[in-house]
Amino acid sequence: MSRDFAIHVDATALEVELETEAFARACGVDVDFVALLVEEDLVRPAATPWRFGGADLARVRRIRRLQRDFDANLQTVAVMIDLLDEIDRLRSTLRREGRAP
Amino acid sequence: MEFKDYYKVLGVERTASDDDVKKAFRRLARKHHPDLNKAADAAERMQEINEAYEVLRDPQRRAAYDQVGQGRRGGERFDPPPDWGSGFEFSGGPGDGFDAERHSDFFETLFGSVHRGGRPRAHAASRGLESAQGQDHHARVTITVEDAFAGATRRITLQSPELDAQGHVHLRQRELQVTIPKGVRAGQQIRLAGQGAPGLAGGPPGDLYLEVHLEPHARYRVDGRDVYVTLPVAPWEAALGAVVEVPTPTGTLQVNVPAGSQGGRKLRLKGRGLPCAEPGDLYAELQVVLPPADSEKAQALYRQMARDMAFDARASLGDER
Repeated sequence: MSRDFAIHVDATALEVELETEAFARACGVDVDFVALLVEEDLVRPAATPWRFGGADLARVRRIRRLQRDFDANLQTVAVMIDLLDEIDRLRSTLRREGRAP
Repeated sequence: MEFKDYYKVLGVERTASDDDVKKAFRRLARKHHPDLNKAADAAERMQEINEAYEVLRDPQRRAAYDQVGQGRRGGERFDPPPDWGSGFEFSGGPGDGFDAERHSDFFETLFGSVHRGGRPRAHAASRGLESAQGQDHHARVTITVEDAFAGATRRITLQSPELDAQGHVHLRQRELQVTIPKGVRAGQQIRLAGQGAPGLAGGPPGDLYLEVHLEPHARYRVDGRDVYVTLPVAPWEAALGAVVEVPTPTGTLQVNVPAGSQGGRKLRLKGRGLPCAEPGDLYAELQVVLPPADSEKAQALYRQMARDMAFDARASLGDER
Protein backbone atom coordinates (compact mmCIF):
# COMPACT_ATOMS: atom_id res chain seq x y z
CA MET A 1 0.00 0.00 0.00
CA SER A 2 1.36 3.36 -0.86
CA ARG A 3 0.28 6.76 0.24
CA ASP A 4 1.53 10.05 -0.97
CA PHE A 5 2.25 13.11 1.08
CA ALA A 6 3.53 16.41 -0.09
CA ILE A 7 5.50 18.23 2.54
CA HIS A 8 6.87 21.67 2.29
CA VAL A 9 9.87 22.09 4.53
CA ASP A 10 10.38 25.63 5.64
CA ALA A 11 13.68 26.96 6.87
CA THR A 12 12.66 26.50 10.52
CA ALA A 13 12.77 22.72 10.04
CA LEU A 14 16.50 23.09 9.47
CA GLU A 15 17.22 24.63 12.84
CA VAL A 16 16.68 21.58 14.96
CA GLU A 17 16.54 22.53 18.62
CA LEU A 18 15.32 19.90 21.02
CA GLU A 19 14.67 19.67 24.72
CA THR A 20 16.15 16.69 26.52
CA GLU A 21 13.12 14.41 26.30
CA ALA A 22 12.45 15.01 22.60
CA PHE A 23 16.16 14.72 21.92
CA ALA A 24 16.39 11.36 23.70
CA ARG A 25 13.43 10.09 21.69
CA ALA A 26 14.94 11.31 18.43
CA CYS A 27 18.15 9.45 19.28
CA GLY A 28 16.29 6.31 20.35
CA VAL A 29 17.76 6.41 23.87
CA ASP A 30 16.63 7.10 27.43
CA VAL A 31 16.87 10.49 29.07
CA ASP A 32 19.32 8.93 31.56
CA PHE A 33 21.64 7.98 28.73
CA VAL A 34 21.61 11.56 27.44
CA ALA A 35 22.50 12.75 30.95
CA LEU A 36 25.37 10.24 31.06
CA LEU A 37 26.72 11.47 27.72
CA VAL A 38 26.62 15.06 28.93
CA GLU A 39 28.34 14.06 32.17
CA GLU A 40 31.05 12.24 30.20
CA ASP A 41 31.42 15.30 27.96
CA LEU A 42 30.56 13.36 24.83
CA VAL A 43 27.73 15.76 24.03
CA ARG A 44 27.58 19.42 24.92
CA PRO A 45 24.11 20.94 25.13
CA ALA A 46 23.86 24.49 23.84
CA ALA A 47 22.14 26.02 26.86
CA THR A 48 20.64 25.44 30.31
CA PRO A 49 18.01 23.99 30.45
CA TRP A 50 19.55 21.68 27.92
CA ARG A 51 18.99 22.24 24.22
CA PHE A 52 20.36 19.97 21.53
CA GLY A 53 20.84 20.53 17.81
CA GLY A 54 21.02 18.44 14.65
CA ALA A 55 24.76 17.84 14.98
CA ASP A 56 24.23 16.41 18.50
CA LEU A 57 21.58 14.11 17.11
CA ALA A 58 23.93 12.71 14.47
CA ARG A 59 26.62 12.34 17.14
CA VAL A 60 24.53 10.38 19.64
CA ARG A 61 23.23 8.08 16.92
CA ARG A 62 26.82 7.45 15.90
CA ILE A 63 27.75 6.72 19.54
CA ARG A 64 24.91 4.20 19.73
CA ARG A 65 25.97 2.49 16.51
CA LEU A 66 29.58 2.20 17.66
CA GLN A 67 28.57 0.92 21.09
CA ARG A 68 26.26 -1.67 19.65
CA ASP A 69 28.36 -2.93 16.76
CA PHE A 70 31.71 -3.06 18.58
CA ASP A 71 30.58 -3.81 22.11
CA ALA A 72 32.58 -0.71 23.02
CA ASN A 73 32.33 1.09 26.33
CA LEU A 74 31.81 4.84 26.45
CA GLN A 75 35.47 5.72 26.94
CA THR A 76 36.43 3.67 23.90
CA VAL A 77 33.64 5.26 21.90
CA ALA A 78 34.87 8.69 23.00
CA VAL A 79 38.29 7.94 21.52
CA MET A 80 36.72 6.59 18.33
CA ILE A 81 34.55 9.69 18.01
CA ASP A 82 37.57 11.99 18.44
CA LEU A 83 39.48 10.10 15.78
CA LEU A 84 36.52 10.07 13.40
CA ASP A 85 36.05 13.83 13.92
CA GLU A 86 39.72 14.30 13.12
CA ILE A 87 39.38 12.22 9.94
CA ASP A 88 36.35 14.31 8.96
CA ARG A 89 38.37 17.48 9.45
CA LEU A 90 41.26 16.13 7.37
CA ARG A 91 38.89 14.94 4.66
CA SER A 92 37.22 18.33 4.42
CA THR A 93 40.63 20.00 4.14
CA LEU A 94 41.53 17.65 1.29
CA ARG A 95 38.19 18.30 -0.36
CA ARG A 96 38.64 22.04 -0.04
CA GLU A 97 42.05 21.74 -1.70
CA GLY A 98 40.47 19.71 -4.47
CA ARG A 99 42.59 16.66 -3.66
CA ALA A 100 39.71 14.33 -2.75
CA PRO A 101 36.26 13.78 -4.20
CA MET B 1 10.92 -13.85 -0.93
CA GLU B 2 14.59 -14.75 -1.28
CA PHE B 3 16.35 -17.12 1.04
CA LYS B 4 19.22 -15.36 2.84
CA ASP B 5 22.42 -17.26 3.42
CA TYR B 6 23.54 -15.78 6.73
CA TYR B 7 26.59 -18.02 6.86
CA LYS B 8 27.74 -16.65 3.54
CA VAL B 9 27.12 -13.06 4.68
CA LEU B 10 29.49 -13.61 7.60
CA GLY B 11 31.80 -15.79 5.51
CA VAL B 12 31.76 -18.73 7.91
CA GLU B 13 31.04 -22.44 7.56
CA ARG B 14 27.74 -23.88 8.74
CA THR B 15 29.74 -25.73 11.37
CA ALA B 16 31.36 -22.54 12.69
CA SER B 17 31.55 -22.22 16.46
CA ASP B 18 29.95 -19.32 18.32
CA ASP B 19 33.42 -17.92 18.73
CA ASP B 20 34.12 -18.05 14.99
CA VAL B 21 30.80 -16.37 14.27
CA LYS B 22 31.63 -13.59 16.69
CA LYS B 23 35.12 -13.11 15.26
CA ALA B 24 33.77 -13.00 11.71
CA PHE B 25 31.19 -10.42 12.72
CA ARG B 26 33.77 -8.25 14.45
CA ARG B 27 36.08 -8.36 11.47
CA LEU B 28 33.31 -7.45 9.02
CA ALA B 29 31.98 -4.73 11.32
CA ARG B 30 35.38 -3.05 11.40
CA LYS B 31 35.55 -3.21 7.63
CA HIS B 32 32.02 -2.18 6.67
CA HIS B 33 30.79 -0.07 9.55
CA PRO B 34 29.18 3.04 8.01
CA ASP B 35 30.98 5.23 10.54
CA LEU B 36 34.34 3.89 9.42
CA ASN B 37 33.69 3.17 5.75
CA LYS B 38 32.63 5.95 3.41
CA ALA B 39 31.35 3.66 0.65
CA ALA B 40 27.81 4.52 -0.36
CA ASP B 41 26.53 1.01 0.34
CA ALA B 42 28.31 0.60 3.70
CA ALA B 43 25.14 1.15 5.73
CA GLU B 44 23.25 -1.40 3.69
CA ARG B 45 26.06 -3.92 3.93
CA MET B 46 26.34 -3.42 7.70
CA GLN B 47 22.62 -3.99 8.06
CA GLU B 48 23.01 -7.34 6.34
CA ILE B 49 25.95 -8.25 8.57
CA ASN B 50 24.05 -7.23 11.70
CA GLU B 51 21.04 -9.25 10.66
CA ALA B 52 23.15 -12.35 9.98
CA TYR B 53 24.88 -11.97 13.34
CA GLU B 54 21.59 -11.48 15.17
CA VAL B 55 20.47 -14.87 13.91
CA LEU B 56 23.70 -16.84 14.18
CA ARG B 57 24.74 -15.56 17.61
CA ASP B 58 21.48 -16.73 19.17
CA PRO B 59 21.32 -20.54 19.64
CA GLN B 60 17.52 -20.66 19.33
CA ARG B 61 17.41 -18.59 16.18
CA ARG B 62 20.38 -20.37 14.67
CA ALA B 63 18.79 -23.77 15.24
CA ALA B 64 15.53 -22.62 13.66
CA TYR B 65 17.37 -21.06 10.74
CA ASP B 66 19.43 -24.21 10.19
CA GLN B 67 16.27 -26.25 10.07
CA VAL B 68 14.61 -24.22 7.29
CA GLY B 69 17.94 -23.62 5.59
CA GLN B 70 18.87 -27.23 4.95
CA GLY B 71 19.87 -27.64 1.31
CA ARG B 72 19.04 -24.06 0.37
CA ARG B 73 21.23 -21.48 -1.27
CA GLY B 74 21.20 -17.72 -0.89
CA GLY B 75 18.93 -15.90 -3.35
CA GLU B 76 16.76 -18.97 -3.83
CA ARG B 77 13.01 -18.43 -3.66
CA PHE B 78 11.79 -19.11 -0.17
CA ASP B 79 8.35 -19.64 1.32
CA PRO B 80 8.14 -20.45 4.98
CA PRO B 81 6.86 -23.93 5.80
CA PRO B 82 3.17 -23.88 6.76
CA ASP B 83 3.85 -25.11 10.28
CA TRP B 84 6.55 -22.52 10.80
CA GLY B 85 6.77 -21.12 14.28
CA SER B 86 5.42 -24.15 16.13
CA GLY B 87 8.00 -25.70 18.35
CA PHE B 88 10.19 -22.62 18.57
CA GLU B 89 9.87 -19.82 20.96
CA PHE B 90 11.87 -16.70 20.40
CA SER B 91 12.72 -14.64 23.37
CA GLY B 92 13.75 -11.73 21.22
CA GLY B 93 17.01 -9.89 21.34
CA PRO B 94 17.89 -6.83 23.33
CA GLY B 95 15.68 -4.29 21.62
CA ASP B 96 17.28 -0.92 21.68
CA GLY B 97 14.71 0.95 19.66
CA PHE B 98 17.36 1.75 17.14
CA ASP B 99 15.77 2.42 13.85
CA ALA B 100 18.85 1.73 11.75
CA GLU B 101 18.10 -1.84 12.75
CA ARG B 102 15.70 -2.75 9.99
CA HIS B 103 15.35 -6.31 8.97
CA SER B 104 14.76 -8.01 5.66
CA ASP B 105 11.35 -9.52 4.89
CA PHE B 106 13.08 -12.87 5.21
CA PHE B 107 14.11 -12.15 8.81
CA GLU B 108 10.68 -10.74 9.64
CA THR B 109 8.97 -13.84 8.32
CA LEU B 110 11.14 -16.19 10.33
CA PHE B 111 11.51 -14.30 13.55
CA GLY B 112 8.83 -11.66 13.54
CA SER B 113 9.62 -8.22 14.79
CA VAL B 114 9.32 -8.84 18.50
CA HIS B 115 12.35 -6.86 19.36
CA ARG B 116 12.07 -3.68 17.45
CA GLY B 117 9.62 -0.92 16.77
CA GLY B 118 6.44 -0.24 18.66
CA ARG B 119 8.22 -0.46 21.98
CA PRO B 120 6.76 2.02 24.44
CA ARG B 121 9.38 4.24 25.91
CA ALA B 122 10.58 3.01 29.25
CA HIS B 123 10.02 6.24 31.12
CA ALA B 124 6.51 6.62 29.71
CA ALA B 125 5.67 3.12 30.88
CA SER B 126 7.16 3.67 34.31
CA ARG B 127 4.92 6.66 34.81
CA GLY B 128 1.95 4.48 34.07
CA LEU B 129 0.97 6.39 30.95
CA GLU B 130 -1.09 4.31 28.58
CA SER B 131 -0.27 6.08 25.40
CA ALA B 132 3.11 6.97 24.04
CA GLN B 133 4.48 9.01 21.22
CA GLY B 134 5.53 6.97 18.18
CA GLN B 135 9.18 6.40 17.45
CA ASP B 136 11.17 8.91 15.52
CA HIS B 137 12.45 7.73 12.18
CA HIS B 138 15.61 8.66 10.36
CA ALA B 139 16.42 8.72 6.68
CA ARG B 140 18.93 10.28 4.33
CA VAL B 141 18.36 12.63 1.49
CA THR B 142 21.03 13.32 -1.12
CA ILE B 143 21.01 16.56 -3.06
CA THR B 144 23.33 18.28 -5.52
CA VAL B 145 25.26 21.45 -4.86
CA GLU B 146 22.89 23.29 -7.22
CA ASP B 147 19.95 22.01 -5.14
CA ALA B 148 21.56 23.35 -1.99
CA PHE B 149 21.68 26.79 -3.63
CA ALA B 150 18.27 26.81 -5.27
CA GLY B 151 16.21 24.45 -3.13
CA ALA B 152 14.88 21.13 -4.38
CA THR B 153 12.01 18.71 -4.31
CA ARG B 154 12.76 15.12 -3.45
CA ARG B 155 10.57 12.07 -3.45
CA ILE B 156 11.44 9.80 -0.56
CA THR B 157 10.20 6.27 -0.09
CA LEU B 158 9.97 5.09 3.49
CA GLN B 159 9.21 1.68 4.85
CA SER B 160 8.00 1.25 8.36
CA PRO B 161 6.56 -1.72 10.22
CA GLU B 162 3.04 -1.32 11.48
CA LEU B 163 0.86 -3.46 13.69
CA ASP B 164 -2.65 -4.13 12.42
CA ALA B 165 -5.69 -4.82 14.59
CA GLN B 166 -4.84 -8.53 14.78
CA GLY B 167 -1.35 -7.79 15.98
CA HIS B 168 0.33 -8.76 12.71
CA VAL B 169 3.22 -6.73 11.46
CA HIS B 170 3.04 -5.22 8.01
CA LEU B 171 5.59 -3.17 6.23
CA ARG B 172 3.92 0.01 5.19
CA GLN B 173 5.44 1.87 2.32
CA ARG B 174 4.78 5.50 1.83
CA GLU B 175 6.13 8.24 -0.31
CA LEU B 176 6.87 11.71 0.82
CA GLN B 177 7.46 14.57 -1.49
CA VAL B 178 9.70 16.93 0.40
CA THR B 179 10.48 20.46 -0.64
CA ILE B 180 13.92 21.29 0.68
CA PRO B 181 14.67 24.97 1.18
CA LYS B 182 17.75 26.57 -0.28
CA GLY B 183 20.79 27.01 1.91
CA VAL B 184 20.72 23.52 3.37
CA ARG B 185 24.13 22.21 4.43
CA ALA B 186 25.67 18.74 4.41
CA GLY B 187 25.07 16.92 7.68
CA GLN B 188 22.14 19.10 8.59
CA GLN B 189 19.08 17.42 10.02
CA ILE B 190 15.68 18.31 8.63
CA ARG B 191 12.94 17.65 11.14
CA LEU B 192 9.53 16.70 9.79
CA ALA B 193 7.19 16.81 12.75
CA GLY B 194 4.64 14.01 12.95
CA GLN B 195 6.07 12.00 10.03
CA GLY B 196 7.65 9.23 12.15
CA ALA B 197 6.00 6.09 13.49
CA PRO B 198 2.34 6.30 14.54
CA GLY B 199 1.74 6.82 18.25
CA LEU B 200 0.75 4.04 20.60
CA ALA B 201 -2.73 3.94 22.04
CA GLY B 202 -3.64 7.38 20.81
CA GLY B 203 -0.28 8.98 21.45
CA PRO B 204 1.07 11.48 18.93
CA PRO B 205 3.18 10.21 16.03
CA GLY B 206 6.95 10.45 16.13
CA ASP B 207 9.01 12.75 13.95
CA LEU B 208 11.02 12.03 10.84
CA TYR B 209 14.58 13.30 10.58
CA LEU B 210 16.26 13.61 7.23
CA GLU B 211 20.03 13.87 7.20
CA VAL B 212 21.25 15.90 4.26
CA HIS B 213 24.03 14.56 2.07
CA LEU B 214 25.64 16.45 -0.78
CA GLU B 215 26.61 14.71 -3.99
CA PRO B 216 30.23 15.42 -4.89
CA HIS B 217 30.41 18.00 -7.67
CA ALA B 218 32.89 18.05 -10.54
CA ARG B 219 33.49 21.79 -10.12
CA TYR B 220 32.45 22.97 -6.66
CA ARG B 221 33.83 21.84 -3.32
CA VAL B 222 31.59 22.60 -0.38
CA ASP B 223 32.89 22.95 3.16
CA GLY B 224 30.11 23.87 5.57
CA ARG B 225 28.67 27.10 4.22
CA ASP B 226 31.65 27.94 2.03
CA VAL B 227 32.16 26.88 -1.56
CA TYR B 228 35.51 26.49 -3.31
CA VAL B 229 36.07 26.60 -7.03
CA THR B 230 39.31 26.38 -9.01
CA LEU B 231 39.76 29.35 -11.34
CA PRO B 232 42.29 28.80 -14.14
CA VAL B 233 44.11 31.97 -15.26
CA ALA B 234 46.80 32.76 -17.84
CA PRO B 235 50.21 33.88 -16.49
CA TRP B 236 49.67 37.45 -17.74
CA GLU B 237 46.24 37.63 -16.07
CA ALA B 238 47.82 36.64 -12.75
CA ALA B 239 50.82 38.92 -13.25
CA LEU B 240 49.15 42.02 -14.62
CA GLY B 241 45.71 41.69 -13.10
CA ALA B 242 42.49 41.06 -15.02
CA VAL B 243 38.75 40.88 -14.75
CA VAL B 244 37.71 37.29 -15.41
CA GLU B 245 34.50 35.29 -15.25
CA VAL B 246 34.10 32.73 -12.50
CA PRO B 247 31.33 30.12 -12.55
CA THR B 248 29.16 29.86 -9.44
CA PRO B 249 26.17 27.60 -8.74
CA THR B 250 23.90 30.59 -9.30
CA GLY B 251 25.53 31.89 -12.47
CA THR B 252 28.67 33.52 -13.72
CA LEU B 253 30.29 36.38 -11.80
CA GLN B 254 32.99 38.85 -12.78
CA VAL B 255 35.95 38.91 -10.45
CA ASN B 256 38.94 41.11 -10.28
CA VAL B 257 42.22 39.18 -10.23
CA PRO B 258 44.69 41.53 -8.54
CA ALA B 259 48.02 42.17 -10.28
CA GLY B 260 50.88 40.14 -8.87
CA SER B 261 48.74 37.10 -8.00
CA GLN B 262 50.32 33.66 -7.73
CA GLY B 263 48.74 30.26 -8.21
CA GLY B 264 46.90 29.08 -5.07
CA ARG B 265 45.72 32.57 -4.15
CA LYS B 266 42.13 32.45 -2.94
CA LEU B 267 39.83 35.27 -3.95
CA ARG B 268 36.96 35.59 -1.51
CA LEU B 269 33.53 36.46 -2.86
CA LYS B 270 31.72 37.41 0.29
CA GLY B 271 28.23 36.06 0.74
CA ARG B 272 28.36 33.99 -2.46
CA GLY B 273 28.52 30.67 -0.59
CA LEU B 274 25.47 28.72 0.54
CA PRO B 275 22.49 31.07 0.91
CA CYS B 276 21.56 30.22 4.51
CA ALA B 277 20.71 32.63 7.33
CA GLU B 278 24.36 33.66 7.57
CA PRO B 279 25.45 33.07 3.97
CA GLY B 280 28.81 31.46 3.35
CA ASP B 281 31.54 32.74 1.07
CA LEU B 282 32.74 31.55 -2.29
CA TYR B 283 36.48 31.14 -2.75
CA ALA B 284 37.93 31.17 -6.25
CA GLU B 285 41.33 29.54 -6.05
CA LEU B 286 43.67 30.70 -8.80
CA GLN B 287 45.41 28.09 -10.87
CA VAL B 288 48.00 29.55 -13.22
CA VAL B 289 47.98 27.62 -16.48
CA LEU B 290 51.02 27.87 -18.73
CA PRO B 291 50.37 28.25 -22.44
CA PRO B 292 51.97 25.33 -24.31
CA ALA B 293 55.20 26.12 -26.12
CA ASP B 294 54.03 24.27 -29.20
CA SER B 295 54.81 26.80 -31.91
CA GLU B 296 57.84 28.75 -33.08
CA LYS B 297 56.21 31.95 -31.92
CA ALA B 298 55.40 30.62 -28.43
CA GLN B 299 58.90 29.24 -27.97
CA ALA B 300 60.38 32.56 -29.05
CA LEU B 301 58.27 34.38 -26.45
CA TYR B 302 59.38 32.01 -23.66
CA ARG B 303 63.01 32.43 -24.74
CA GLN B 304 62.64 36.18 -24.70
CA MET B 305 61.24 36.06 -21.14
CA ALA B 306 64.11 33.81 -20.05
CA ARG B 307 66.59 36.29 -21.50
CA ASP B 308 65.04 39.54 -20.35
CA MET B 309 63.40 38.80 -17.00
CA ALA B 310 66.24 37.80 -14.64
CA PHE B 311 63.85 35.52 -12.78
CA ASP B 312 64.98 32.81 -10.38
CA ALA B 313 62.09 30.39 -9.82
CA ARG B 314 64.04 28.69 -7.02
CA ALA B 315 65.16 31.74 -5.08
CA SER B 316 63.10 30.59 -2.09
CA LEU B 317 65.22 27.41 -1.77
CA GLY B 318 68.12 29.55 -0.55
CA ASP B 319 71.84 29.32 -1.32
CA GLU B 320 72.61 25.78 -0.12
CA ARG B 321 71.58 24.41 -3.48
